[in-house]
This record gives sequence, C-alpha cells and structure tokens, in this order.
Amino acid sequence: MARLERIAYPAALVLLLLAPVYLGAYNLALLGRFLAMGILAMGIALVWGHAGILPLGQGLFFGLGAYGIAMHLKLVALAPGEIPDFMQWNGLDALPWLWVPFKSGVIALVGALVVPSALAVALGWLLFRRRVGGVYFAIITQAMVLAATTFIISQQPYTGGFNGLTDFSSAFGFSLIDQRTQVGLYVVTVLLLALLFFTARWLLSTQFGKLLRAIRDGENRVRFLGYDPAPYKVAIFAVGALMAAIAGLLFTLNIGVISPAMIGVVPSIEMVVWVAVGGRESLSGAVLGTLLVNFGKDKVSSSFPDLWLYLIGAMFVLVVTVLPEGLAGIARLLTSEPREESRKTLVVPVILPADEPAKNSKSRSA
Amino acid sequence: MSDSLLQIDNVTVSFQGFKALDSVSFSLAPGSMRTIIGPNGAGKSTLMDTIIGRVRPVSGRILYKGSDITRLPEYEVVRRGICRKFQTPGILPTLTVEENIIVAAKRHRAWFKALRTHITAAECDRVEEILDLIVLREKRRMLAAHLAHGAKQWLEIGMVVASDAELLLLDEPAAGMTHQEREKTANLIKRLIGRCAFVVIDHDMDFVEQLNAPVSVLHMGRILCEGTIDEVRSNSQVKSVYLGRSLEAEADYAQA
Ligand SMILES: Nc1ncnc2c1ncn2[C@@H]1O[C@H](COP(=O)(O)OP(=O)(O)O)[C@@H](O)[C@H]1O
Ligand SMILES: [Mg+2]
Repeated sequence: MARLERIAYPAALVLLLLAPVYLGAYNLALLGRFLAMGILAMGIALVWGHAGILPLGQGLFFGLGAYGIAMHLKLVALAPGEIPDFMQWNGLDALPWLWVPFKSGVIALVGALVVPSALAVALGWLLFRRRVGGVYFAIITQAMVLAATTFIISQQPYTGGFNGLTDFSSAFGFSLIDQRTQVGLYVVTVLLLALLFFTARWLLSTQFGKLLRAIRDGENRVRFLGYDPAPYKVAIFAVGALMAAIAGLLFTLNIGVISPAMIGVVPSIEMVVWVAVGGRESLSGAVLGTLLVNFGKDKVSSSFPDLWLYLIGAMFVLVVTVLPEGLAGIARLLTSEPREESRKTLVVPVILPADEPAKNSKSRSA
Repeated sequence: MSDSLLQIDNVTVSFQGFKALDSVSFSLAPGSMRTIIGPNGAGKSTLMDTIIGRVRPVSGRILYKGSDITRLPEYEVVRRGICRKFQTPGILPTLTVEENIIVAAKRHRAWFKALRTHITAAECDRVEEILDLIVLREKRRMLAAHLAHGAKQWLEIGMVVASDAELLLLDEPAAGMTHQEREKTANLIKRLIGRCAFVVIDHDMDFVEQLNAPVSVLHMGRILCEGTIDEVRSNSQVKSVYLGRSLEAEADYAQA
C-alpha cells in the first residue's frame, strides 16, 4: 500500500494539475468546485473519522468563509460611494458598519478564515468541556446551521437574504470572467488541496493523531490516563472548521455566488454523505467520495431534478448498511490489505467507555 | 496519620439513595499494599471510582499526599500520581501494544505537546521496560484489540505502571483468567511491590492470599473487618458472608 501511494499521489497531482489542458471550461469549473469541497470533506474525515465527532453543521463554517469573501467581492464591484444593490432595494442608504472592514481584501480573507475557526473553538470549548458529545453534539451543530441560515434569510437588508450575494466582477485585481483567472483559481485549489492533504496526514501520524483515535475509541480510558480529552477535540474541530472555511472561500470565487440554500441543513448533511461514501477514515477517500457524489449529482439532477434527494438517501443507507468503510474499504479489499481496525457502527459516534457502562454523568452529581 | 499516601475519610457514596459505600475509612502508607475483598456488589469498584474521581461521594473526603482530591476531575487525580486498572480491560483497541504504553507513559499531556511524530528517549526506555515486565515484547506491534483476554489485562497493568504513578489501583486484575494466568498476574504484581503503593481488589480469597498483604473485607458498602488473610478467613462474620453466598449459589444451582 505504501509503495502504491508513492506512485498514486504524485500521479493524481499531475493529472489534476493538467486538467485545464484536457477539460473544457465547464467541466474544469465543476472539478475546481468539487475539489474545493474535497478540502471540507477531508476536514470531516479528521473530525468524524478520526476523532469520532459527527459534525452535522459544517455548512456553518463553510458559509462563514464563503460570505466573508463574498462580502468583499460585492464591495469591490461597486463604484465609489455606492452601496450593494439589495441594500438599496431594502431602503438602506449607507453601508452597515459590519460591512465596512470588508472593503479591505486582506481583512476579508483573514476574517473568512479566522472567524469560523474561532467560532468552532468557542463552540467546541463550551460543549466538549461539559462533556457534550455524540448525538447531542451533532444535533447542536445542526441547530447552529439552521439558526445561521434563518438569520441570513431574515436579515435581507444586511445579508442579501434568500438570494444571497452574487454579481461579482473581480477578485484581488483579477477579472472573474476571464478564463485565465478561473484556471489560476483551479490551480490554487489543487495546490491547497495537496498541501492540506499532506498536512492532515502528518497530523494523523503524530502523537496527537494517535490520541484522537484513542479518545474516539475510549474517551474515559484516556481520561483515566491523565489526559483531558476536551482540548484535543476542540483542536481537531477547529481544524475541520478551518478547512470548511477554506473550501467556502474557494467555492465562492469559483461559482460567483453564495446563498443560504448552499450552506443550510441539507447541504451540511450531504457533506457528511460524501465522506461516508468515500470512507470516513480515509482522506483520499473523502476527496474521491466528494468528486463522485457531486459529479453524479450534476449529471442526475440536470436530467431528473427530483430524483437526487432519493438517490443520496439511498446511497447513505447503502454505505451505512453494507459498506461502512466506503470506497476506501473497497480499495482495501482490492489491494487485500488486512483490516487494521475493529469496525464500529458508522452513523452515530457514541464514544464507548473503556470500562463498564458509563457511570459518569449521573453519578457525578450523586 | 499525616505521613500516609492515601487517606480515605468516612466516605459515603449514594446512588439514588442506595448506599454503595457507607462511611468507609482507611489509609495507606507510601509503597505499601492493601487488598480488598468482598462479594460481587460489595462496592469495591465504587471505592476505586471514588478515589479516581469518577464518582463523587455525598460525604467524607479523600486525601492524597495530604491534599484533598475528592472533587478533582479524573485526569487531574491521575496527574497527581494515581492510576487505575479497570475491571474489564481498559486498553485502547485501535492502537498497538507499544502505542498503548506510550500513551500511558508519564509525559506532558497537553494537545500541543503531542504535535510530534517522534517519541522521546524516556518514553522509549519506558516502553522497553514495560514490554519486558509484562512479557509482550513479540506482540509489540499488534493491535491491542487482537490480544487474548489475559494479555489485555497484562497490557493494562503495564499501562498503569508506565504512568509512573505512586499509587496503583487494580480492580480485579485477574478477572476472567485461567488458574495459570492468575498465578502469573500475582507474580507480576509481586514484582512491583516496593516500587509504588497498591490497592488491589478481588472477590477471590485465593488470589489475594498470594499477594500476602493486609486484607480488608468489604460487604454492602461497609468494611466488615481488617487483618491478615488468615485472620479474615477465620472471622465468623466473613464466613457467613462468603458461606451465605455460596449456599445461595448452591440453592440457585439446585433450582436450575
Ligand atoms: N452508577 C451506578 N448507579 C447505581 N448503582 C450503582 C452504580 N454503580 C454501582 N452501583 C451499585 O453499587 C453496588 C456496588 O457496585 P460495585 O462497586 O460495582 O461492586 P463490586 O464490589 O462488585 O465492584 C452494586 O449494588 C451496584 O449495583
Ligand atoms: Mg467490581
């Protein structure tokens, strides 16, 4: 397997970097967008696959990254003194204070990455320290993303509401309609994906990565070895959020629009499905799953728009019931590498206590 | 008794009104051993849960090296120098045998200190030492999940020893073992005597006898009597507790 990887990864990188040569503009744009989502998917593989935390609200961090850059793009497209069109329609006559810093591209970029990461740290700290985990954590992240989309839709004068933000012209001096900009953006996406892929692999090979898996499989046991699992979980959750934000940023530059429908509850669940399909413990599986499901969605939903939701549901059921390791599991069977780890149930990452049934929550107050 | 390592002071634990521990007190000198026996449900595991911070007592307190640890979080109690082996093996199944020992070895346990791929020389030495101690050297790269039950128990003993704790709590370390394995476990523990202090729990007198340490008998959350194994054996109350149970068991058997 290790030797296979040494050939497969450089080959994949070259193949991806050469895509502008052999793919048409439409398919290149799609590939770029899906690779950006692949970065988010790798984040889910880290958080869910390796730390056992099911994140059902990655759309929130994705959306913060996307809106951060979109606000900047919206402002650059304006003539001096003008305010965005939707603000005018909604009767505003001056730029709201929250928008002002986004005139600066640097602040927008930094904000688009720092704000979601900081939010993840805050949320993680609040919940993991109180030992909220498993299904409860998943539901809370889901509620957060629902609240965020509801807020965006209700605050139309400030957010663009349901329609979101669009009509961008240029980014950092490059025209967004120019095909060369799109190719450049594509190359940046591929390089970032590769960089983050190898960074994530390194992270998993460290003692930190081992501790994550130890916490996933026996949080109590790890605690009784003198570790506080909460900071470990906060750290990896923040990494996942940062990767989602990077994806959101690249996605928005690629597609030229961001709206609540793209970051809401359903997209957040779909993101988890991509990773489940690819194999939640596998970084490359997460990227492949993202590509496969999204290209599939593009083909299916253009001819049978209603069918897609059923299909993705069926896919999820299939993966949960017969293929808990997803594509990565198939690949492992084909290369006949022995299964390394005992399989756990896929969907609900209940952290099994290392010991007899957990006495924790109740008896702590006894 | 201020020179004791561990001091349990009138500890009472209640689960929704049911007293799993009822005014339990004892103390332990540095480097010494105490064994606790009692039938199933006596409160032995609960006693360890309380020391390690997994269960909070309703009254009483626990002093370790003179400072109160009754309400500290579990990981903080461990960092002070107490480590526990669980009744069912508490190993990390998806890590290898040596990784289990490395994770358990005494080290800086903050997440940012874990951002390294190498292990320190001290951790390395510790692993070699423990592998010899628990005789699992050939299995060092095996996933802990794949070990046999007895080997899992030994690995966990190795892990708590690796933590460099001054007090080890061993909860039925020989549970589920064959006769031979039990003997091996007793020898392993005896080899560690003097290196740190121990509280060892079992429900089986014969196992405890091999350790040759003072015995406390726990029954229904209370300490029934204390003394050498022979004194305890000849105590009439203890006899009735153990005999009563074996009669009950016989009756169950006859009914079945
Ligand atoms: N978390 C809990 N909630 C309610 N009852 C408990 C809990 N933990 C233990 N008990 C009860 O306390 C008693 C002592 O249990 P335990 O300490 O595990 O006994 P043992 O001596 O066999 O280790 C038992 O009757 C058990 O049912
Ligand atoms: Mg017990």
